[in-house]
Amino acid sequence: MTHARSIWNNGVKTGIIGGVAVLIISLVGMVVSFNRRDIIFEFIAMGHTLLLMTGILIGYTAAKKTTATTTMVKCFNAVVASLVTFSFLALLVIIGNAVNLRAILVNASPMLYKALTLGHHDSAAGIFIILGIGLLCGICAAVLYSVPTAVRRITITALCSVVIAGVLQDLLRPVLLAWGPMSVISDFLFAGNGLTAAGALTVILVIAGIMTVWNFKGDDVKENYQHFSGGTQRGIKIGAFVLLACVLLILPQIVGLFLSEVLTIVGLYVLLGLGLNIVVGYAGLLDLGYVAFFAIGSYVTAILTSPELGFFALNFWQALPFAVLVGICFGVLLGIPVLKMRGDYLAIATLGFGEIIRILVLSDALRPWLGGAQGINKIGKPSLMGYEFSQPQEIYYFILAGCLLVVFISMRLKDSRLGRAWMAMREDEDVAQAMGINLVATKLLAFASGAGFSALSGAIFSAKIGSVYPHSFSVFISINIICLIIVGGMGSIPGVIVGAAALVGLPELLREFADYRMFVYGAALVAMMLLRPEGLWPDVRHKMELHKDESVAEEPQVSTAT
Amino acid sequence: MFQRWKDSITPTDIVMWMIGGSMLLMIVWGSVATLVEGKYTGRHWVDFVIFGLAQGSIYALIATGYTMVYGVLRMINFAHGEVFMSGPFTAYYAAAAMYRTDFLDNHPFMALMVIFLVAMSVSTTIAFFLEKVAYRPLRGAPRLIPLITAIGASFFLQYLFRGLYGSGVQAYPVIKVLEGQWMIFGIRILKFQVVVILAAILLMVGLYSFIMLTRVGKAIRAVSEDKEASALMGINVDGMISTTFVIGGMAAGAAGVLYALMFKQVHFFMGFIPGIKAFTAAVLGGIGNIPGAMLGGIFLGLIESVGPSLFLDGLGIPAPYQLKDAIAFTMLVLVLIFRPTGIMGERLAVKKA
Repeated sequence: MTHARSIWNNGVKTGIIGGVAVLIISLVGMVVSFNRRDIIFEFIAMGHTLLLMTGILIGYTAAKKTTATTTMVKCFNAVVASLVTFSFLALLVIIGNAVNLRAILVNASPMLYKALTLGHHDSAAGIFIILGIGLLCGICAAVLYSVPTAVRRITITALCSVVIAGVLQDLLRPVLLAWGPMSVISDFLFAGNGLTAAGALTVILVIAGIMTVWNFKGDDVKENYQHFSGGTQRGIKIGAFVLLACVLLILPQIVGLFLSEVLTIVGLYVLLGLGLNIVVGYAGLLDLGYVAFFAIGSYVTAILTSPELGFFALNFWQALPFAVLVGICFGVLLGIPVLKMRGDYLAIATLGFGEIIRILVLSDALRPWLGGAQGINKIGKPSLMGYEFSQPQEIYYFILAGCLLVVFISMRLKDSRLGRAWMAMREDEDVAQAMGINLVATKLLAFASGAGFSALSGAIFSAKIGSVYPHSFSVFISINIICLIIVGGMGSIPGVIVGAAALVGLPELLREFADYRMFVYGAALVAMMLLRPEGLWPDVRHKMELHKDESVAEEPQVSTAT
Repeated sequence: MFQRWKDSITPTDIVMWMIGGSMLLMIVWGSVATLVEGKYTGRHWVDFVIFGLAQGSIYALIATGYTMVYGVLRMINFAHGEVFMSGPFTAYYAAAAMYRTDFLDNHPFMALMVIFLVAMSVSTTIAFFLEKVAYRPLRGAPRLIPLITAIGASFFLQYLFRGLYGSGVQAYPVIKVLEGQWMIFGIRILKFQVVVILAAILLMVGLYSFIMLTRVGKAIRAVSEDKEASALMGINVDGMISTTFVIGGMAAGAAGVLYALMFKQVHFFMGFIPGIKAFTAAVLGGIGNIPGAMLGGIFLGLIESVGPSLFLDGLGIPAPYQLKDAIAFTMLVLVLIFRPTGIMGERLAVKKA
């Protein structure tokens, strides 16, 4: 008996975790509101897809975690885990039918029960439907586990691309429609509020085909590349770079207004992230008040260009250097008091600075100069040779230029004498000082250059929006920037760009699910730090540090993916 | 002697002292001007002080949780504010149910006990699982990683509770017994403020004696001194870290109920600002130091309530109360300039932080 228990012990444990996960997903209302959109039109809705994916993931995890050697036992565990997971939902429906949970849990509505039981919420059949789906998930997980790795990878990627296509349909469709001939593809792929069955099948086949080819030929391609001479490799790299540049240049024209707007926001965060990357990533100074310099840059631009206050009436280009300069000055000024603080003391002191600046700007005391809660409007738009940047698509180029400049400066700084001094200081202040690094100057330079970049993006931000309000400069911006640096990979320049795209771009794209945006964001941050702490695109050195003991990169254990 | 003293002073020190000195000067000048002006009477000041004490003791209770976690793990538990929120938010439903059945007014003491019990158990559960799921796998990771995890957990918990209970502001039922005022030594004090201060003091004394007098408390102190050595001494380090989170969660849950009693409302975002304030208080007192956190909390509460009127009114600044957070943070920076390790900070802050 004890032996029999130990066989499915693991499945039950994993299943309970999964059960809590699906309960949370259902009770915060994600299932119901995601169900408004179909992944495949009139076949499967988004909320259901989410539950199915969780079920399969849990089953697969259980199979993987089980210590037993036989595939049979592992598959059995997968089924048990998925069943346990879904039995939580069955329990919810039973309890929900007996007691009115809605008095406390606002989302425990009949709609939810209906969605969970596919419409049979008031009969016993509903319970069996839920458990049946659980069984199905478990079998899928077991099958996925027992097939060879290559097949599994291809299947998962293909299915995921369908889900992604379904989730992002609102973005893909206008883009496809905007191009005359492509609209045929759009009509073929999408119908109603989801993909068509044929479209989904096509996506699956195409992605699976590409994956299969890559699987068998990919190594050859890589090997061939290795065999090329240095010159050719260089040529290929330059070619790729030119291609990337071209894509970046024509991007806003292809993707339309909304996506261009998203791109400009991502671009601003890239600018901010690169600046903070110097302070946190290179110099290791945890600055939680970085938004202060962003605010300073915006406000200096606003004060200098806006006719509303009537102090100055410069144009944007005249104001820009002042904004950056004032930002740098404040970077030094606020850097001096915190020179001796370390770690968390530094973090809270800088957070304090950020808040002080925001509160001062917001206060009535400084209203005549800074506009108070109403902010400052009518900020001058940048113009170049009579051409004014005002549409998102035009601002995009402006921000792109800023990003390229800052990326270039960051790259040059990284391997410079100063950059190496920063990194030495990050690793150990005392040793760095013993090596002859002037800590005061090095730290202040880090604060100053970070502040300068931040003020630059602040200036661009104010020009983009056309007005500044104190509410745009909350501590969340600082937190967001820190997160995007760490998620992208600390100290890595491409990491900042990837991080900004993932943490700022994705949430902007999925604006329609704004209610769950922060929820998913938080969960994703935790999962990310548990599974891949080095970030999405890590700096080589930083990655080595985090994986000191592992000679081979292991596949991460998926255990707490909620 | 003089030569040595002269050598150890750098230009940055002088600049720092100048910044600190000018801030101090402004504070003194503002205070004198306000007092000379005589806009506020003694009654006002007493009210300010008592409100500050009540608010400060809530900060102090939350700050102990921050500081204890910092002591054992050397990490900022950013999600502590959400642990604080989860308790009273859940207990609201118990309170509302008791209010509907008149139990709240007929047996206020019992009802309050139930509210405290619900809030503390929910907060404790959240804190326990938070540590188990989010922080335990990260032992030994570089310091920024648990920080980001904590920020993530904070967002997750905030929006989890928003999803579960809704995004509206829930008005806490009024307990009739706690309405009105008492005269103590000829000073009129609002009843709920007395209750908040007394309850907070009681809890803090209990917490401190638990840490200082019991075996478990001793073990926790040992773990915060040196994890490896205490493991060698037979202390269950993981267990003690869990216990720390549990105790911090209990204190936060209780603080949450006091907060709800004082401000009479709960919502999903209520943990964020007090969380940051409590963290400030913990740093102010010297992070990792329990009496420091308590002292820092009360100091911060007092400064926030007395500061704006005392320091700024005399300088002729309009609407000084808007600037209370700015004053609190300025105080923090000021304290850290002169004592970079907080009021009661210890050696660990110098090297390990």
